Amino acid sequence: MSAGVGVDLENLWIRFGDFVAVRDANVNINGGDFFSFLGPSGCGKTTILRAVSGFLEPSDGRVLIGGNNMKGIGPNKRPTALIFQNLALFPLMKIWENITFSMEIRGASAKERRKRADELLDMIALPGQGDKLPSELSGGQRQRVAIARALCAEPDVLLLDEPLSALDLKLRQHMRTELREIQQRVGITFIYITHDQGEALTMSDNIAVMKAGVIDQIADGKTIYNDPSTAFAASFVGENNVFRGKVKRVMGNEALIETNRSGDLVARISSANQGRMKEGEDAMMFIRPEAFTLAPEGASGDHFVTAKVNHEEFEGNAFNIFMEGEGGKELKVSIPNLGQSFEDHTGQNITLEYETNNAVCVPAGELAAE
Amino acid sequence: MPRFLKEFFTRNGVGIGSLMLGLVLFWTIGLIILPQLSMLDFSFRPNLPPPEVGGPKDVYTLENYKYLIFGPEGGGQAFNAVDLKVFFRTLVAAVCVTVFNLILCYPIAYYLAQSKGNHIRIFALMLIIPYWINEILRAFALRIIFGETGVLNTLLVGSGVFDTPFDFIRNDIALYAGLGYAYILLMIFPIYNVIESLDRNQIEAARDMGASWPMIHRRVVIPYAKPGISSGCTMVFMLSAGALAAPQILGGPSSLWFTQLITNHFTNNSDWPQGAAYAVVLLVTCILLVLAIMRLFKVIWEISANEELLLHAAEPLVLPGDLLRLSPGATGDHVGHCLQLPGLPADDALGMPDL
Ligand SMILES: Nc1ncnc2c1ncn2[C@@H]1O[C@H](COP(=O)(O)OP(=O)(O)OP(=O)(O)O)[C@@H](O)[C@H]1O
Ligand SMILES: [Mg+2]
Repeated sequence: MSAGVGVDLENLWIRFGDFVAVRDANVNINGGDFFSFLGPSGCGKTTILRAVSGFLEPSDGRVLIGGNNMKGIGPNKRPTALIFQNLALFPLMKIWENITFSMEIRGASAKERRKRADELLDMIALPGQGDKLPSELSGGQRQRVAIARALCAEPDVLLLDEPLSALDLKLRQHMRTELREIQQRVGITFIYITHDQGEALTMSDNIAVMKAGVIDQIADGKTIYNDPSTAFAASFVGENNVFRGKVKRVMGNEALIETNRSGDLVARISSANQGRMKEGEDAMMFIRPEAFTLAPEGASGDHFVTAKVNHEEFEGNAFNIFMEGEGGKELKVSIPNLGQSFEDHTGQNITLEYETNNAVCVPAGELAAE
Repeated sequence: MPRFLKEFFTRNGVGIGSLMLGLVLFWTIGLIILPQLSMLDFSFRPNLPPPEVGGPKDVYTLENYKYLIFGPEGGGQAFNAVDLKVFFRTLVAAVCVTVFNLILCYPIAYYLAQSKGNHIRIFALMLIIPYWINEILRAFALRIIFGETGVLNTLLVGSGVFDTPFDFIRNDIALYAGLGYAYILLMIFPIYNVIESLDRNQIEAARDMGASWPMIHRRVVIPYAKPGISSGCTMVFMLSAGALAAPQILGGPSSLWFTQLITNHFTNNSDWPQGAAYAVVLLVTCILLVLAIMRLFKVIWEISANEELLLHAAEPLVLPGDLLRLSPGATGDHVGHCLQLPGLPADDALGMPDL
C-alpha cells in the first residue's frame, strides 16, 4: 500500500460570528488511512471537512495536507476531492461526463475521457451505464458514480460527507464494505464523516469522536468502544448503561464508585483518565449490555448489580432484559441466545454480574442524547 | 382521457380541477385565441364603411398583406420600403434589446439567487419599486434624463465631456435604454427562479474539481438556467417588439417602431383590417423567430429530456417576500406569451371593435 498523503489539523478553530463551530481541533491523519469523524448532527463535522477541502478558511490554526500549509489555497487548487452529503452530481450531464468532469477541466479530449469513464464504470460495477443521466440511476448507483467522479480527479485525499445517509439500511451496509474495498485498492487517504457509529467502526482505521465542535477522542474503533475517554464517547459509540456516582477509592487503574442506585461498584479507569480521577469527585461508569451475566441469587459485592426487571424481549440472537435504571433510563442487558432455557423475570429483582475489566469509568460529563 | 388529465384530476379533485381547467380554458380560448382569430379574420377583409360590411364587397382578400410588402397599388415603388424597413429594424432592435438585457441580467439573477441574507430582499425590492410607477411615467422620466437639456446632458456638458449636448433621443440611445430598462424584471426573475433551485453543492463540486468560474457557468449554471433564460428572453423579445409607449415617448423623430405603424392604421387611418394584417405579421414573425432560436439552442429538446427541469420552470415565479407573482412559462407557455403579447398594442390600446 502506498504511503499516501496525510492531513493534519493544528489548533483548528472555526467560528461563525460568535458561534464556535469547531474548537481547537488537533488531528493527525496518516497517509492512506481511512479516518472517520463521528458525531451527532450539527457537531461541526461538515465544517471540518469544508475547512480541509478549502471552502472555509479556518478562523485560527492550520490545515496541512501532505505537510503543506493550505492557507490561501482555494478548493480548486487542493489535492482533495469532496463527495457531498447529497452527492451533487450534475443532473444535465451524462454519467460519463459527470465522472470525467475533472478531466474536461484539464482539457482532456472526449476520447480520453470516455475511455477513463469506462474504466471507472467497470471499477464501480456499472459497466455500460455511461450514457444515462443521473436521474436514471438508483440511489446506490448514484453513490458509486459520485465516488468515481471524485476518484477521477486523482485526489490525494478523498473527503466523504455522510455519503451513505440517503441509502436504505441494506444498501448502506453493502456500501460500507464496498467503500472500504475501494479505499484499500486505490490506497489514498479517506476522510469520512458520519453520525452512524456502525459505519465508523466497521470502516475506519481511526475515528475522531466529536461533540459540539470539540473532539473528545481519537483512536481506532476497538479502543473507542472498549476504552472511551469521555462520557460522551462512551454513550455515543454503541449501547451503554450508565451509572452515576462519586469516586470512593482509587486502586491503581481501578476505582470503586459509590453509585447513586446500585451501591459501590468497581470499574476500570479508562486509559485517558488514569491518574486524573480523584476521590470524592463525580464520576460515571459504563457497562455494555452484553457485558453482564446473570448471577446466582443472593450474590452481592462490588461487581454485582441488582434491579427490578421491567420487561424482556427476545431478539433472536439475544434475550434483552430491561431493568429499572437511573433517571428514568432503563438498564439494558443482552444475554446471547445459545439455546439455553430462559425464564421470564418480569417484575422480579435479579442480580447481574460483570467483570471489572468490562466496566469503565470516566469523570462525569455530558452524555450523548439518544 | 389522457393520462396527464387523469392525474391532474386525481391530484386536485374533480371540483377544483374542473374549475381550474375551466378558468385556464376561458383564459386561453376566450381571452387569447378568439380575439386573435377575429384579428386574423379582419386582416383578410377589405376596409369597408360600416354599411357595406357583410355586403357583396366583403370578401376575403390578401390586399392588406400585399400592402405591407408592395406598398399602395400604383404607388410607383417595387416594395413598401418604408414599412418594411421599420419592420425589420423593429425586429433587429428587439433582438438587440433582448441580448443586452440578458448580458445585464444574468449576473444580477445569479447574484440574487446564490447569495443569502436580508440584503437580497432589499435588493429585490429596489428592483421592483420602480415598477409600481406607470410605464408611461417611467418613459417620461427617462426622457427627462436623456433630453437635450436633461440631467445627463447637463452633467456631461457641465463636466466638460461634451461641448454641446448629445442628442440621446435622436440617436435612439434613450429608446434602447428605456426598452431595456422596462423589461429587466422579466429577464431577471425567470433566471433567478431557476438558478435559485440550483443546488449550491453542484457549484462547489465543480469548483472542488478545479473548475474556473467561467467554466462553472458554462458547464453547470447556464445549462441548468436555460429554461429560465429562454423564458426571460422570449418575454423580453416579445414585449420589446410589441412595445408602444417607450418608442412613442423615447424614440427619435425618424425612428418608427412597427407597433406605431399598427396603431396608426387603427386610429389615424381607421383602417382596422390593415392594422390587423400588420399585427398578424408581427405576431407570426415573432413566434417563428422565437421557435427558430429556441431550436437553435436546443432548449426544447433539453427541457423535454429532463422532466425535473420542466417542473422547475413551470412553477409560478415567486419573488422574495411574495412581492409579486408572475407565471413565466415553460415551453408550453411560450406559445401563450407569443399569442398574447404582440397583440397588445392592437387590442389593448384600442378596445374591441364596435361595428
Ligand atoms: N455558514 C454558517 N453560518 C453559521 N453557522 C453555521 C454555518 N455552517 C454551519 N454552521 C453551524 O455550525 C454547526 C456545525 O454545522 P455542520 O454543518 O458542520 O454540522 P454537521 O456535524 O455536519 O451536522 P450534520 O450531521 O447534520 O450534517 C451547526 O450548529 C451549524 O448551525
Ligand atoms: Mg454535515
